[in-house]
Amino acid sequence: MTSVAWDRRKLALGRFWSDFRRQRAGMAGLVVLAVAVVLALIAPLFIDENVTSVVTGTGARWAPPSLDEPFGTDESGRSILLMAWWGSRTSLLIGFLAALLSIVIGMVVGIAAGHFRGWAGAALMRVTDWFLVLPSLVTALVLAAILGGSTFTIIVAIGVTTWPSTARLIRAQTLSVEARPYIERSKALGGGHWHITTRHVLPNVAPLLLASTTLEVASAIVTESTLAFLGASANKTSWGTMLRGSYDYGAATEGAWWYILIPGLCILAVVMAFTVAGRALEAVLNPRLRKAGA
Amino acid sequence: MSLLELDDVSITYRIASGDVPAVRGVSLSLDAGAALGVAGESGSGKSTLAMALLRLLPRDARVGGRILLDGEDVLAMKWGRLRAVRWAEASIVFQGAQHGLNPVRRIGEQIAEPLLVHDLAKPDGARKRVAELLEQVGLPAWRARSYPHELSGGQRQRVMIAMALACSPRLIVADEPTTALDVMVQAQVLALIKDLVAERGISLIMISHDLSVLADVCDRLAVMYAGRVVEHGPSHEVFRDARHPYSSALAAAFPTVGDPVSRMAPKGLGGDPPDPMALPTGCSFHPRCPVALDECSSLDVELWPAGERRAAACVHVRAKEETP
Amino acid sequence: MTETQPAADTAAATAPATRRALLEARDLRVEFPSRGRRARAVDGVNLAVGEGEIVALVGESGCGKTTLARTLLGLERPTSGEVRYDGAVLDHGSKALKAYRREVQLVLQDPTGSLNPRHTVYEAVAEGPRIHGLAGEREIVAEALARAGLRPPERFFLRYPHELSGGQRQRVVIAGALALNPKVLIADEPVASLDASVRGEILALMLKLRQDLGLSALVVTHDLGLAWNIADRVAVMYLGRIVESGPVEQVLTAPRHPYTQALMSVLPESPERVVLTGEPPDPTRIPGGCRFHARCQVLASGRAAEAGVDARCRSELLDVLPATPEAHVACHWARAVEPAPEGAGA
Repeated sequence: MTSVAWDRRKLALGRFWSDFRRQRAGMAGLVVLAVAVVLALIAPLFIDENVTSVVTGTGARWAPPSLDEPFGTDESGRSILLMAWWGSRTSLLIGFLAALLSIVIGMVVGIAAGHFRGWAGAALMRVTDWFLVLPSLVTALVLAAILGGSTFTIIVAIGVTTWPSTARLIRAQTLSVEARPYIERSKALGGGHWHITTRHVLPNVAPLLLASTTLEVASAIVTESTLAFLGASANKTSWGTMLRGSYDYGAATEGAWWYILIPGLCILAVVMAFTVAGRALEAVLNPRLRKAGA
Repeated sequence: MSLLELDDVSITYRIASGDVPAVRGVSLSLDAGAALGVAGESGSGKSTLAMALLRLLPRDARVGGRILLDGEDVLAMKWGRLRAVRWAEASIVFQGAQHGLNPVRRIGEQIAEPLLVHDLAKPDGARKRVAELLEQVGLPAWRARSYPHELSGGQRQRVMIAMALACSPRLIVADEPTTALDVMVQAQVLALIKDLVAERGISLIMISHDLSVLADVCDRLAVMYAGRVVEHGPSHEVFRDARHPYSSALAAAFPTVGDPVSRMAPKGLGGDPPDPMALPTGCSFHPRCPVALDECSSLDVELWPAGERRAAACVHVRAKEETP
Repeated sequence: MTETQPAADTAAATAPATRRALLEARDLRVEFPSRGRRARAVDGVNLAVGEGEIVALVGESGCGKTTLARTLLGLERPTSGEVRYDGAVLDHGSKALKAYRREVQLVLQDPTGSLNPRHTVYEAVAEGPRIHGLAGEREIVAEALARAGLRPPERFFLRYPHELSGGQRQRVVIAGALALNPKVLIADEPVASLDASVRGEILALMLKLRQDLGLSALVVTHDLGLAWNIADRVAVMYLGRIVESGPVEQVLTAPRHPYTQALMSVLPESPERVVLTGEPPDPTRIPGGCRFHARCQVLASGRAAEAGVDARCRSELLDVLPATPEAHVACHWARAVEPAPEGAGA
């Protein structure tokens, strides 16, 4: 019996995949993402952290792109290509973990606020609103400054300031699911809060969460870059700290356009890829955008 | 001459996995001022047929045969002519009155809309006409200023009827007009529809799964099963003394209170409606039929005369009529 | 699976007059705020469902019948009065309620909405046993499906609701309730959204369950034909109160309350129609005197005045009807014109 259940799931997954494949932009985004993630994962096989060290810079200072240094070098003679490659690890890590943190908080608060009516739900929504109106960038900057710069604090700073929009979204979806008669039936069968939220509400908000996570990763990468550019960084090379460096050392006045352009393009490519993939996911998974049935 | 004539109408939906025959060769006629009830369960093709009368079907539907409204083929009409016909000659009342009305516009504006669109009235005249229409459906004229949410379900259904009446059509098609309503409100709406048919000479096609409601309002009944008319005739005869086993099952579903036969003995029909893409061979009703014979699985019986102005598509009817 | 039970026959299905009350509402009132006013959805109701008895609760929408059913299920807390099950007052603590769920189960009107579209039939039926941690889940599910008429059950395990017909979906909902082996089924318009041909099948199933399992049922409906088809007793509700109750044969063949008479008269093929005007009045503004007097055709036609009760109709409140099985009516006129009033009445 379980094998049949698995076959069914495989079939559903197959249908999902064939739907997704029809979204051309989404597929392009997915390919870019896959390449970026694989490159970040295999980086330690070819290079190590030394490529970001100011003392071991091998090339000339401010060398323009050439055959030896395809993307040129920076003020210490470090290879921009290798730095961007190594930096992708930090950027992607922070992006994924911060998005995960934000989504988890948003999901728990959203489902709880939608499920528990009365004062508990109302109080949760007031807290959400309060976080929503806080200028998130400033809050993240302050948090990062207070907690000190490490990868972990940057993740926390981003996660804690970006969850309210997710919570709002999930609450709305929870409310619509809870209005269905099968929730009433489940209550009459004796289902408690845990049962109803995990067995009925969560599976119904999961597609929304998945799509929203993808978009959240993109925004977390941008936030990380912004924070780094504004000076609150994890003291590790990321695309954001590279941009900061190019600014600090006057890459623009030196005419070293490659120092600014390369990390910028990396951010742009990955964020675009996440965004189009997320939009495609949303289009495939969101039943309101799809035709009835399935 | 009959107002509406359906001649061998077939409707097929084209979907990705193949063709779905929803209506298969239906011929019916409706005299001016008469009321015809079309009964059947969901999937029998009755709503598809109703939509086809005014060409309201989605693009993937293919319609064959002829639908003559006053001698003019609806299927061959130009777009402009069709638009004029849709309100002025025939209009439709849908089920689910709450979705048929725009929630952010006043009732009066919505009733007046077809009048203004078809240049049948100036704004002043339209206002007067709206008051008149509301009165006809039993609502006070001041209701024109109300929004749909301020009305109850029955009142909204009355508004839908007023909208259908706005351009004084000769034919009204009512698709399950009372399904979502309470017994008492249903009785009110049915009484209203009956009056309109009787006093204003409007022809009516009413569609429902409730044979008792149809028998109450209509002169004639047509019972549909799997896209075909399986029985038609004067409504009380079909309701009380059905010749087709499917019609009698539908009639028995709503018992007469006080009748000892139905006390503690609800009557139903086993099985499920057939999948239109995989219809049974022979008579499409035979897998569910309580009186099916061996030959029913191979023999597809056409409508057969079953008394005066009556016909039924059943092998038992044919047997009876052939041996006098 | 072999099935050897005899088919339901009329004689065995008819109930004896005296049964022990299993589920009971005593002077139940449920109010909630509505647009700044208090809506008295249930305004003093005594109602009992005996062991193995099927009771039909009949009324128009907005009369409070669904609120009453939800309160009996413990999904709503009464403002005053009590719900009793098996003689004991219902405890609204979460543990006691959970135990209560195994005794009293719910079947809703819309089977499509009552099933989670992402759950298979197996999961839908197993939901109850899983919540209560019952052993032998697979056997319970198979038996419940078979009892609900879905045979062989294994064939339905992995289907999704959208692959089933309306009647089959309602059977799955009923099987889900049966999986907990309840004593009482509360069914809120169980056939209203089903096709005519399926209607009788589902009603026959309820009669069969009563015969095989001794299941009691409270069927909430607006359909008097349904009450005639399966119920032993009927209670007619109007604006938060039961206005007439008693054995089905008695109430539906000789209705005494003008409201019941009006409901009967709009049935198809009834000789003379009494179509009440207007909608049921608002539970936030229940009229004084008899709550039906504003729409009462007997009062309007002057027959109440002939009997000399018209003033009482407009001003004198009626008492709450008792929950006993005999016929009762809450109407000044009916009590005045009848030669021998019932024991407790007037």
